[in-house]
Amino acid sequence: MNAAEIREEVLDILSDIAPDEDLSQLDDDKRFREQLELDSMDFLDIVMELRKRHRIQIAEDDYINLASMSSTVAYLEPLMKDIEREKV
Amino acid sequence: MYDTIIIGAGMSGLAAGIRLAYYEQRVCILERHYTIGGLNSFYRLRGRDYDVGLHALTNVTPKGTKTGPLARLLRQLRMKWEDFAISPQIGSEIAFPSARLRFDNETDTLRDEVARAFPQQVENFDRLAREIVEYDDLSEKHANLSARLVVGSIITEPLLVEMLFCPLMFYGSAREHDMDWGQFSIMFRSIFLEGLGRPQAGVRLILKHLVRKFRALGGELKLRAGVKQLAVDGDRVTRVVLENDEVLEARNVVSSAGWCETMRLCDDGHPVVNSRAPGQLTFCETIATLDAQPRDLGHDRTITFFNDHDKFIWQKPDGLCDVRSGVICSPNNFAYNEPLDDGTIRITALANFDRWRDLNEDAYRLEKLRWYDRITESAVRFIPDYRSRVIDTDMFTPATVVRFTGHDNGAVYGAPDKQLDGTTHLKNLFICGTDQGFVGIIGSITSGIAMANLHCLRGEATA
Repeated sequence: MNAAEIREEVLDILSDIAPDEDLSQLDDDKRFREQLELDSMDFLDIVMELRKRHRIQIAEDDYINLASMSSTVAYLEPLMKDIEREKV
Repeated sequence: MYDTIIIGAGMSGLAAGIRLAYYEQRVCILERHYTIGGLNSFYRLRGRDYDVGLHALTNVTPKGTKTGPLARLLRQLRMKWEDFAISPQIGSEIAFPSARLRFDNETDTLRDEVARAFPQQVENFDRLAREIVEYDDLSEKHANLSARLVVGSIITEPLLVEMLFCPLMFYGSAREHDMDWGQFSIMFRSIFLEGLGRPQAGVRLILKHLVRKFRALGGELKLRAGVKQLAVDGDRVTRVVLENDEVLEARNVVSSAGWCETMRLCDDGHPVVNSRAPGQLTFCETIATLDAQPRDLGHDRTITFFNDHDKFIWQKPDGLCDVRSGVICSPNNFAYNEPLDDGTIRITALANFDRWRDLNEDAYRLEKLRWYDRITESAVRFIPDYRSRVIDTDMFTPATVVRFTGHDNGAVYGAPDKQLDGTTHLKNLFICGTDQGFVGIIGSITSGIAMANLHCLRGEATA
């Protein structure tokens, strides 16, 4: 996956975790926490969904990289470069 | 070998199971009883459906609300607001001899009622509400303060203090006389600031959705599968031995059986009683089926919390029951699309487990009849007398609670001291449910989710 595809995938995960959120106005450089009603339980689900869908393991110390969309994509890019995005 | 074995198919165990099965763990829930539910369950008797456990869900917020415990647990369980099909309460009441306060799911109603009945206290009440909104339930700071001290320092009219404590203690205080400030704040929010509701089909609807979801995700549920022993080797549970001597293995065990109850299952001789005082607060409940809707008899309140003197006493009674106070619930008085077929009035009163346990069979039956009448007689001082319209009755006592839930003393809110992080003396044994920290339907579901996340998913993500 390239950066744009990873961004799409993360959006898909977010809409699964928080179906009532409007994600169309998401500012990639702002922290998720500041724009979405997500708490620590929901953040765990980003990690768990990446693991469930793509077998990506993220160490607890690295959770901090998932604070905003741009930091998440930057963190995931090397980990997901060999993964094909499934056509939805 | 399972990833996780969960003891108890109540709200917390089922919720934990859903989380773990959703993230592809091999999960097995063990339930001693032949049906699910635990402290919040249901049964059928003489052709009618009954709920046991809490009268209503707390924390009820409208569909689309993104914050708060209900929204959070729906997200975590990947369930829809519609799955719970919650109808809001019509309106409830706190009834004392010299004052009454009504409240409903509109935050301002209680404030307006305080302004009417205690005009001098409105500003203090606003201050209290502000403190409660600002209380951070995740930081645990100040959580152990005495709520009576904090509230008493803000509200200067003792009667109002008692009236605010009455519903909150009845709906979730495991501690006699007082509550922790943290627990008071959480309960205040969940009952007065969010609100009460109930599915038209009762608590069984929620339980059935939880079980269906758990099974659809590949989870395994064993009924009539009581746990006899947790075999310990070093600092870990190695085997779970069932009452039929079947032996199961799991990497983690999450128990909703209660703190002392779980410690007793461990075969390593860990001290049970000295490790934590068991809860003492339990109830009797009368259930009357009426040939009319309560509303047609002049009773439109959803829940009525009554107390027949100005001081509210929250302690284990000396006698079989304490009928000076109680909670009257009419499941009919929620804003359903379709009314319920039968009229129902449930009344809950404090009871003493030891006294009920010590009765022989004949005396037990006699006392049940006697106290059914006394509890009802006490309650009809505060609502219209419905006794001539009763067509069927049932009643449960603390002994019934023990028989069906296995919780010591029938203590429905568990031990006064909670284990907020769910850990035990063993590295792979955790507790969830009532003794972990949260009570009520929403509280126990949240507890199961939180403990599954913290102990069975978080670390595992990198394992």
